[in-house]
Amino acid sequence: MIEHIELFFKSIFIDNMVFAVFLGMCSYLAVSKKVATAVGLGAAVIFVLAITVPLNWLLDQYLLQPGALSWLGEEYVDYDLSFLSFIMFIATIATMVQLVEIVVEKFSPSLYNSLGIFLPLIAVNCAILGGSLFMQSREIESLGLAFNYGVSSGIGWFLAILAIAAIREKIRYSNVPAPLRGLGITFIITGLMGIGFLSFGGMLTGGDEEGEPTTETAIEVEKIKTEEAKELADNTKIIE
Amino acid sequence: MGLLSKKDAKLITDPLADNNPITIQVLGICSALAITAELKASLVMGIAVLFVLGIGNVVISLMRNIIPSKIRIIVQLIVVAALVIIVDQVLKAFAYELSKTLSVFVGLIITNCIIMGRFEAFALGNGPWKSFLDGIGNALGYAIILIIVGFFRELLGSGTLFGIPVLGDPIEKTGVYSIGYENNGFMLMPPMALIVVGLIIWIQRSRNKALIED
Repeated sequence: MIEHIELFFKSIFIDNMVFAVFLGMCSYLAVSKKVATAVGLGAAVIFVLAITVPLNWLLDQYLLQPGALSWLGEEYVDYDLSFLSFIMFIATIATMVQLVEIVVEKFSPSLYNSLGIFLPLIAVNCAILGGSLFMQSREIESLGLAFNYGVSSGIGWFLAILAIAAIREKIRYSNVPAPLRGLGITFIITGLMGIGFLSFGGMLTGGDEEGEPTTETAIEVEKIKTEEAKELADNTKIIE
Repeated sequence: MGLLSKKDAKLITDPLADNNPITIQVLGICSALAITAELKASLVMGIAVLFVLGIGNVVISLMRNIIPSKIRIIVQLIVVAALVIIVDQVLKAFAYELSKTLSVFVGLIITNCIIMGRFEAFALGNGPWKSFLDGIGNALGYAIILIIVGFFRELLGSGTLFGIPVLGDPIEKTGVYSIGYENNGFMLMPPMALIVVGLIIWIQRSRNKALIED
């Protein structure tokens, strides 16, 4: 249970799709002018992620991983089809997006019209494929956790696009320098929000201990740390 | 340019500045930001996209008359995915360390909107040679932004370029460090990439007023 809660909050705040790894930025920037459309797209992303991540987890577990084909019999144990994962994942995603498109068109034509070209583009929203690829590279253990990961990272994305859409609705009344208007200021605001979200990093560890390095940030931080250690070693050498 | 007609040359030069895929068309931003903490990774990513977009555009352009429009997205995704698998396998074979740094972002070339965007907007309606030039042009425009961002982030963040120290020695205080510069580790954090791109957009649009949004 505890690992579910941990993964849930971690995917929403610490490894937020938008602020920590920059996934789904294109639609994040393009569809965030109005809160209403942003909510629609965000909900669609949560839905697609919640379906595709567990589906791709099954594919990965029983088809693609090294040794995944062992359920077929002894002679298949050595097979490693992981190089096929991109194509398999994207096929699942494209199918699911098509499905969502049909459902949305049937039940909410107004939302369908306002999303326009961006609905099919969910298929090429990096957040969706990124969810599956991170699920694979972080070796999520069970189907339940994969589902949890899909839903919670979808919620993280939803939060991000909701926040930026609200800010952009307000910022229309402010005096932004002309060349920065529109895209430029959105980038900078997203950067500032990203800095804010960095502070969630200490959430699961209570802020005292070092968290587990998982994301890009952590890798970079790790690198800085090793460099510091190297500097320290060099320093002591000089002193000696 | 004897090889290229004026119109063809425009296909390459246009996306470099005034119709840049990242700063103007707002495509392909995800991967552009995530891997730019080092110049080397930015360069490799640029080359990978150049390869995928150049060849993919030609393939799609050759098939443009036989793809039913209903399933074109899936066809496009399959073409890109196949090309990206090639890039991924080559990287794993010849530059394993680098492929670790790029991690899932090589796979995310598949969903790089520049590629889908160019397929949709150009390759489906134009011949192979033109599509090839368009692909190269847009990939170069993408690579330029990546390289600019990577250059500043690595230079200001760790004082190196391609891993080679250029600002002097931070310990013995030579070069810029002698006048008090400290490596700004914050430049290596993800949010700074966004802010750097924001500044590039600012500079670009104040030089070319026609691009200003209202």
